[in-house]
Amino acid sequence: MKLPEIDLYLIAPEIVITVFGFLVLLVDVFSPKGEKKGYLGILSLIGIILAGVYTVPQMGGIQSGFGGMFISDGFAQFFKITFLIIAFLTILISMGYTQREGIAFGEYYSLILFATLGMMLMAAGTHLITLFLGLELMSISIYILAGMMREDRRSVEAALKYFLLGAFATGFLLYGMALLYGATGSLALKDIGAYIASKNLLRNPMLLMSLVFLTIGFGFKIASVPFHMWTPDVYEGAPTSITAFMATGVKAAGFSALIRVFFSALPGFRPDWTGIMWVMAVATMTVGNIVAISQTNIKRMLAYSSIAHAGYILVAFVAGNDLGTSGILFYLMAYAFMNLGAFTVVILLGKKGEENTLIADYAGIGFKYPFLAASMTIFLLSMAGIPPLGGFMAKFYVFSAAVKEKFYWLAILGVINSAISVYYYLRVTIFMYFRESEREITGLQFSLAQRVALILAVIGTLYMGIFPANVLSLAQKSVAGLM
Amino acid sequence: MDILDIPILSLLTFFPLVGAVVLLFINKERAETLRWVTLIVAFVEFIFSLPLFFVFDSTTAAMQFVEDWWWVEAYGISYKVGIDGISLLLVLLTTFLTVLCILCSWSAITSRVKEFMISFLFLETGMIGALVALDLILFYVFWEVMLIPMYLLIGVWGDPKRRIYAAIKFFLFTMAGSVLMLIAILVLYFINLKATGKATFDVLELYQLGMPVGTQYWLFGAFALAFAIKVPMFPFHTWLPDAHTEAPTAGSVILAGVLLKMGTYGFIRFAIPLFPKAAFDLLPLVSVLALIGILYGALVSMMQPDLKRLVAFSSVSHLGYVMLGMFAFNTQGVQGSIYQMLNHGISTGSLFLIVGMIYERRHTRLISDFGGLSKVMPIYATFFMIVTLSSIGLPGTNGFVGEFLILLGAFQSNVVYGVLAASGVILGAAYMLWMFQRVMFGKITKPENEKLKDLNAREILTLVPMVILILLMGIYPKLFFSKMDVSVEKFLKDVKGKVEMKADLPAPKILAEINK
Repeated sequence: MKLPEIDLYLIAPEIVITVFGFLVLLVDVFSPKGEKKGYLGILSLIGIILAGVYTVPQMGGIQSGFGGMFISDGFAQFFKITFLIIAFLTILISMGYTQREGIAFGEYYSLILFATLGMMLMAAGTHLITLFLGLELMSISIYILAGMMREDRRSVEAALKYFLLGAFATGFLLYGMALLYGATGSLALKDIGAYIASKNLLRNPMLLMSLVFLTIGFGFKIASVPFHMWTPDVYEGAPTSITAFMATGVKAAGFSALIRVFFSALPGFRPDWTGIMWVMAVATMTVGNIVAISQTNIKRMLAYSSIAHAGYILVAFVAGNDLGTSGILFYLMAYAFMNLGAFTVVILLGKKGEENTLIADYAGIGFKYPFLAASMTIFLLSMAGIPPLGGFMAKFYVFSAAVKEKFYWLAILGVINSAISVYYYLRVTIFMYFRESEREITGLQFSLAQRVALILAVIGTLYMGIFPANVLSLAQKSVAGLM
Repeated sequence: MDILDIPILSLLTFFPLVGAVVLLFINKERAETLRWVTLIVAFVEFIFSLPLFFVFDSTTAAMQFVEDWWWVEAYGISYKVGIDGISLLLVLLTTFLTVLCILCSWSAITSRVKEFMISFLFLETGMIGALVALDLILFYVFWEVMLIPMYLLIGVWGDPKRRIYAAIKFFLFTMAGSVLMLIAILVLYFINLKATGKATFDVLELYQLGMPVGTQYWLFGAFALAFAIKVPMFPFHTWLPDAHTEAPTAGSVILAGVLLKMGTYGFIRFAIPLFPKAAFDLLPLVSVLALIGILYGALVSMMQPDLKRLVAFSSVSHLGYVMLGMFAFNTQGVQGSIYQMLNHGISTGSLFLIVGMIYERRHTRLISDFGGLSKVMPIYATFFMIVTLSSIGLPGTNGFVGEFLILLGAFQSNVVYGVLAASGVILGAAYMLWMFQRVMFGKITKPENEKLKDLNAREILTLVPMVILILLMGIYPKLFFSKMDVSVEKFLKDVKGKVEMKADLPAPKILAEINK
């Protein structure tokens, strides 16, 4: 038997992340107890940068390895960069936050690294097993991270809820994969696609069932309606830095796997899934936005807003053209900046024992913490799709993809939703700028890392809105080989 | 000419933004410095804009001072700016009114001066940008950018009672209208892409595109909704009285002076030339709505107890004239319409300034709280009188020229419209003069009014330029018409040409292309 060729350079970024994940654990174990351990975060950051250094030179090339289980193409590389940015910012905002909340364990950082590794595998996997391994690695790490604050009941509840529902969804996903294997006899995405095309299995009931199960499984990970029920509770209960990580990273990873599986293995079923996804997109946008209006807790509001954003991204998925797919990549990166930025502000406004996550707590901070409030305004307006911010350009590409494929109603419902969302995003600015605070929020502490994260997020949001051309052309090149 | 070498329009667009950044670094305790710096920035901006007027070549209808760079090349989005005779005067109006707004906020805005001034300069960038943009996406970006500072101006510095309601209403109305326009822009883009193979949002190129009438209706509808809300045309006007009444004086002035013009300007630059057939077919609808606006606005004004609300509703009426003239589709109507846009900016802007001055002294705007003011404040009364007459359209003032031309145009296109619109003029005189009488003449009924101070030098300085313009535009309108003549002729020629060409023959080749 001939062993598949092993090219370690191909998975160099993943190796780096793995090594640093363990390194962080080891350093933690061998360092004296009771220290602040800020260096663990710095070590993780170094790992992420190093992984980026290995990813960037690969860009532009397409290389497959490990017997077709793994690929480094534009799509995977773009997503890896996105994940690394997300992980980088998450760790930055964690430095200071973890100390404050008493969760500055080595596991915290190493789990973030492992989750990132899982995401990277999901984007690069071209084989159902690789995809599933990546998904599980990511999910399990996140289950633990969500429950990191052991003393806090809501955090534990969030972890348990996420775990139970997540496990259930994974079951569906696995079932779908099994059916796929049963019908086609293969686990490699390319082979599945080729087999379906050659045998003309488009009306095969097993495959149709598998399509439904896969939709459910991925629908859960990207938090689309009607598989979104867990989102608000988990987002509210989990440590805020992890919420930010989930809302951006897990969602992006879910979309990467969704696109990869559906476009590589099941392209023939497009007429079938278009209808389902159309309804899901509209339901996701509408439910997310309408429910977000009545939220009083900012973390819950951002949770519903993240549901709505999954809906906008699904619009591009329905369009299914090059424009839409590159739009999704652009969207997810822009969303990473603005959403992580917004959660950073949420973290910065809290202190030990006083989270200040009610929207009413934001009263009057506009003039008390001008930079913080201005950044928050930028992030929120960007999410609302107001130019010239990243979120506007992202929505612009997504909706233009829909218009190009003549999904006019989908695009119209999308922009109407966008207009509805303005209301609740503005509501936060109303509190920040138009209302006087009833109680003073004082004694806030901003760590240097958190300041850097905030500034990076602002720059990212502005850059992607004002100079979108570079990222967009990169995204367009990245999806070139996908379909 | 030397001046053509510098990118004057970009300079005008982004200079206020640079000013706003400079303000960021000034300590917020130093209110006086902040005011002076902002005033200097606004004034320099005005000076920068003046050469446009004199260098502008009024013999050509082509866009001038054009700058054209790629923004997102892959998509065909460009940074393309330029002005013609129609936008030239509006740009000047913007830079001019901004200076006055800073002046009138001198003592009216005492808290959070820094943020106010930054918002204002940011707003100016948005306004100029929207007026000079020749790329649909660029225009859309600036169009939305204007919303945020205006929202803050109303919400933070507005009248405490209902400012938040007014601010959010303003934002949501405008936003809701404009998102559909974005979809329409995209549809237009893809139709053009299919028909010509060229990816572009350049409005001058999109003018050339022929479309089936059915598509035109939809797209015109989406554009028209966005602009009609902004104008605002009846029945989309309900945000206006709230926004105007609650906004601080400077906000009201700029809202009336420039922001509402964005709606009418949008019609004349985008909605009509892009979809001429649809515009022609919907002419009766738009004209009737404009007429309802004229009469309804005037009647409601008459009944307002609050000075600012009265002026706000009079805006609805005045902008009805603008729309009516534009949709007369003849030279007089369109020229009068553009002229009336400027007039409204100056007259209604001045009215808001004047109401703001009395509000600063008395902290009330109710007409019943005044009476006999002409005895204690003679200078104020004089200015008020001139502005009132200009708003009514007395011959010799700017209002007369605009309204007369619009009525002339309306009579030519449809006698009934003309008659109804002319009766609006009478109503206009009635509510303005009645208001003036109740505020200015009669006995002083309230003791608080007896000791009111007359205008100070700064306030006079704010109003004098307005009065000069009112008279200049009334006595020598040729100065301004000469700038827009050629552009208006071209606008009408293009629109009519396309309507006749495509009236029965919806460009079969392109139609086939689209259906492919």
